[in-house]
Amino acid sequence: MLNAVRKLRKQISFPRIVLIVFLTAVGVFMLIPIIFLFNHAFKPLNELFAYPPTILVKQPTWRNFEQLLLSSTAGLVPFTRYLFNSAVISAIATGAVILVSTMAGYVLSKHRFHFKTMIMGLILISLMFAPETVAIPRYLVISGLGLKDTYFAHILPFLASPLAVFLMRQFIDQIPASLTEAAKLDGASDMYIFTKIIIPLTAPAVATVSIITFQAVYLDVETSTFFMTKETMKTLAYYATALVVNVPGVAATSLAAAIGLIMFLPNLIMFLLFQRKMIQTMLHSGVK
Amino acid sequence: MESAQHTELVKPPAAGPKKTSPLYTRRVKTFMREVWRDRMSYLFLAPFMLCFACFIIIPVFIAALLSVTNFNGIEFPRFVGFSQFIYMLTQDVVFMKYTLPNTLKFAIIVGPGGYLLAFVFAWLIHQLPKSIRDYFTLALYAPAMVGGVALSVVWAATFSGDQVGYLNNLLLRFGMIESPQLWLQDPKYLMIVMIIVTLWTSMGVGFLAMLGGLQTVNTELYEAGRIDGIKNSLQEVYYITIPSMKPQMLFSAVMAIVGTLKAGAISTQLTGVTITPNYAGHLITNHIDDYAFIRYEWGYASALSVVLLLLSYVLWRFCFVLFGSKGEQ
Repeated sequence: MLNAVRKLRKQISFPRIVLIVFLTAVGVFMLIPIIFLFNHAFKPLNELFAYPPTILVKQPTWRNFEQLLLSSTAGLVPFTRYLFNSAVISAIATGAVILVSTMAGYVLSKHRFHFKTMIMGLILISLMFAPETVAIPRYLVISGLGLKDTYFAHILPFLASPLAVFLMRQFIDQIPASLTEAAKLDGASDMYIFTKIIIPLTAPAVATVSIITFQAVYLDVETSTFFMTKETMKTLAYYATALVVNVPGVAATSLAAAIGLIMFLPNLIMFLLFQRKMIQTMLHSGVK
Repeated sequence: MESAQHTELVKPPAAGPKKTSPLYTRRVKTFMREVWRDRMSYLFLAPFMLCFACFIIIPVFIAALLSVTNFNGIEFPRFVGFSQFIYMLTQDVVFMKYTLPNTLKFAIIVGPGGYLLAFVFAWLIHQLPKSIRDYFTLALYAPAMVGGVALSVVWAATFSGDQVGYLNNLLLRFGMIESPQLWLQDPKYLMIVMIIVTLWTSMGVGFLAMLGGLQTVNTELYEAGRIDGIKNSLQEVYYITIPSMKPQMLFSAVMAIVGTLKAGAISTQLTGVTITPNYAGHLITNHIDDYAFIRYEWGYASALSVVLLLLSYVLWRFCFVLFGSKGEQ
């Protein structure tokens, strides 16, 4: 690949410059709203409502965040409670999805058993599945299991992630079978193979699954809207949506500016940490 | 494996061994033995499969069942046959006049359009030296990480209907419009705004899969292609790149379709209301939400979700025909 790139560089340098300029323009266009998001969060009130509006902040202030930290729903449930819920739920759900999908991916890739083809078929089809389409039946299942207003209702539905299992399986597929079979011949148990061979080798896929899952969980509003009746069990994403949608006015604008950034930042950090690993996993993402 | 000592524990099911033929019993016996032999596999799979059954398979079945009832969330569902579907096709004016055309328009532009854009950008980025690829990848992927709230904050300010709105301000300054336009409230513009914003967020996992796929293409093929008379990069893409990364193209297509079909929240995030003015941004997911959570006609809402699920299944088959590796070679 590098050779080809080098050759290309020698052959055509002008088109390359045009390409870089073009992509930079596209990149900047894509990033402007995000730059705006960062600046907006630090604008003092007079700049939030300034005319003409500006993208960049002139006198940055933490005031929006301070207000957000002190805000609460109807004076009852403080901001920090939503923050706590979101942190706990995102952390546990991401960890659980990694464990569950690695286990399933390992078995689906390296073991042979009945129903395997059928299960893989189901997983492939449900890659297409959007949970939003069956919100009502999910509500019936969750209330039937008595999970309403519990953390389980926040976490368990995310464990049913065909995408995570699919990516894991595809990634584990390229770990040579000879490796696990050799260990098996030496008398290693499945548990040993899983923890000592599979887990260390799947680090890139684990990173990818954790990015995807964290994003999905952290940004999820539906669970809080449909399955939680107690305000204390709802998440930050729900609080943010409620703030942005329901309360127009001066105070809401400044809170929304701050919370918009808070809803974006963790995703960005996760992605920056694992970007390379994510593309590495995607090498094997193909549906064959 | 090590399960030989356990096999005698397994007994054929008690369902009348005298009635069944010996062959049948033997088959059940072997089957049970095999299942017991693979118990570790099932154990490893169990946590996922349990959740998968509870939150995907069972809900889909319940939706299918409810779609032939008039369930309203309180009374016990009553069987009404296919009347919900007949109502959908013959009497639901909003569905026929707004939801369906809107969904088709939105899906046709955002689905294939976003998919094509993702491929073009992934391909262009791939032409760059490795050292700077990451920056461009990040720039294009970043919008996909912006959640609903941040999206509302940014785009509501951009398309705000007064002079303070960024777009109005810009266009007024250049004299392209004479008075501020209500981008989000005017039915003329809302759909276009929704499409632009969705395209902005569409460089997601599918885009990353394409980037990954491009790296898997064997570079020797390009050299071989040049010898065989491939003249320009367009031919190269068509004859070598795409066929070599079909699996990733298929995965990415699947991601594009899911993203498009479930994109109903966008109109609410932009305008702040569930039902957009004049149904200008009314997509099928909004229609489902309308019947499910405003009118509490869960039977009808389920019928709508069944239609959506069937639609996504049909599209899935279509993609397989297009990119499946079984058809060719």
